Amino acid sequence: MTSPQVLAANSLPSAAALSPIASSLDPYVPLLGASEVAELHALARPLEGSCVDMVNSTFVGGGVAEILTRLLPLMRGVGLDARWHVMAGDLEFFEVTKAFHNALHGTSHQFRPRDFEIFMDYSQRNRQLVPQEGEFVVIHDPQPAALIEYRSAEDKRPWIWRCHIDLSHPSKEVWSFLERFVSKYAGAIFSSPEYSRQLPVSQYLFFPSIDPFSDKNRELEPSFISGVLERYGIDPKRPILTQISRFDRLKDPVGVVRAYQIVKRYFDCQLVLAGGGASDDPEGQVVLQETLEAARGDRDIHVLELPAASPLDVNALQRASTIVIQKSLREGFGLTVSEALWKKKPVVASAVGGIPLQVIHRQTGLLAHSVEGAAYQIRYLLSHPKIAQKLGEQGHEHVRENFLITGNLRRYLTLFLHLKNCYKQ
Amino acid sequence: MNTAKEPFQFVTASNLTCVENHVANTINKLLEGLDQASDAAIFYHTFQTLGEHHFLTEGFSNDFAQWVLSAFNQPMLAERLASIDVRDYVSVAALRNDLKMITAEFCEQHPKDADQLALEPFYFCKAVQVTVPLTWEANTLAGFRAGLERLTHASFYHHFLASRLRLQLRTNDFSHWFSVALGLDELADKANRIDIYTNTLDSARAELIVLVEKEMTKKEARA
Repeated sequence: MTSPQVLAANSLPSAAALSPIASSLDPYVPLLGASEVAELHALARPLEGSCVDMVNSTFVGGGVAEILTRLLPLMRGVGLDARWHVMAGDLEFFEVTKAFHNALHGTSHQFRPRDFEIFMDYSQRNRQLVPQEGEFVVIHDPQPAALIEYRSAEDKRPWIWRCHIDLSHPSKEVWSFLERFVSKYAGAIFSSPEYSRQLPVSQYLFFPSIDPFSDKNRELEPSFISGVLERYGIDPKRPILTQISRFDRLKDPVGVVRAYQIVKRYFDCQLVLAGGGASDDPEGQVVLQETLEAARGDRDIHVLELPAASPLDVNALQRASTIVIQKSLREGFGLTVSEALWKKKPVVASAVGGIPLQVIHRQTGLLAHSVEGAAYQIRYLLSHPKIAQKLGEQGHEHVRENFLITGNLRRYLTLFLHLKNCYKQ
Repeated sequence: MNTAKEPFQFVTASNLTCVENHVANTINKLLEGLDQASDAAIFYHTFQTLGEHHFLTEGFSNDFAQWVLSAFNQPMLAERLASIDVRDYVSVAALRNDLKMITAEFCEQHPKDADQLALEPFYFCKAVQVTVPLTWEANTLAGFRAGLERLTHASFYHHFLASRLRLQLRTNDFSHWFSVALGLDELADKANRIDIYTNTLDSARAELIVLVEKEMTKKEARA
């Protein structure tokens, strides 16, 4: 079994840190304005020195670790004592939690009573993980959710459960098992109203966020972008339609090709389908082959299988795009949409998962519900570049207000202030 | 220059969005939700949305109207819901009644459409607000102008829009202060008439600054 770990202030897992990580809000001033940053400090002032314990199941890999890697230094930068604890476990535990994860996403699975015992056994072994002293505890995702069972009677702090996954169609068996723990928390945080459940505790809405200074989102030199286009044989002079996503049926890459083929009758454009997930995933390989088959014979379709860590290439492809597409059949939150909007790109996307929160139809992008609908919206934007530009600009503002890492910091500060007021009474 | 009887205390305001247990997937269910949702939820989907989407100046007046348009493509109902001006209301109950009345009329006249399934459901939410005083306050119009420029969108929204229902008045924090602390009723009235639907928060603030500067010039000329 791996040992429980805690990260000391300012020590961060290097593998997760692809670009320098800001611990001060100063670099955000040009993006947000001095007032916004001053108000973040004002919100943090009553919380100065408060100890926040964040608990999850890994330091590296996955969205939660990525968020915490960037969020915790910012929390420390505004005066909170933010600590990160990782639950210890070994293969049998993580096999069970992986199965839980899939079942909560709606995949059917036959669980044995032993699986639930393993889950509780490892929760019990990690009972000392959360220090006794401090002001707030935030437990991320289902793996450490049962730690609340082992909270001491003297521990009167508010414990919050942050759920990053889609609980809209969970396995009843797993959810009813977890629900009895979740109901003991002071509140639960979800990424979209769709993912929330009927619970006896307050349910808060925290959008996932992007960091404008990460490699996937930071500004790039035009020469770098040109270099990426040249490397992949993409013509910068003709319109580029792009979908960035894994080769997964739920992302509907073949549907994107069909939509492009309709558009192509009217516009001399190119399609870029870029993503990973095919090399280590048998189904991904099949979907990639289906996509290549659908694209066969058209030299303007670029199917790019990118290595897992190619954030700069993804960034460059998004920045070079005329329109970004996200034609998913089912989606989590779909942060690739926020990434595109942040780059002021007009987006045509399906109204699934968290996408309608990001794409407000006709305001920050266009929503579609079919191949033909997506093709129509793309044609509309190619014919109306001024409208496309306006949608991109409004989309950028929408992301600036709601989906940046600093917004996430603001929500946590607000939650802690709210809990502090409630627990004082 | 006039010194205020009481200083204007600028605050920073921040909202936490909470998901309620009402979900609507038809217009009939929307009507049910409008009846049963908390006052905070009605406030959230009408007032709060103006703050959250402050950069939009067209077609976005409240979440109900936006949903009816995008999930059902019902422009007539959307238009009627969008035409509700939150400045006409001094209580959430009155605002709720009008939203219900418009929606109920539609359900009565178009029973089939009222049962049509939405492309995506509507989740009723509400906001919990936290405020923290900022380190600056204003005693004069000049000080007020300087403070106004430093406010974020969220805080400007708090003083200018959210305050209306908090005060239970047809006014806002700024106009209230102009009138009560400085005796400037005309400025208070003009500030209160800035159109919050056709302006972004930035352009509303710019309009307010112009009004304050004109008042300052007037006062200097008199002096």
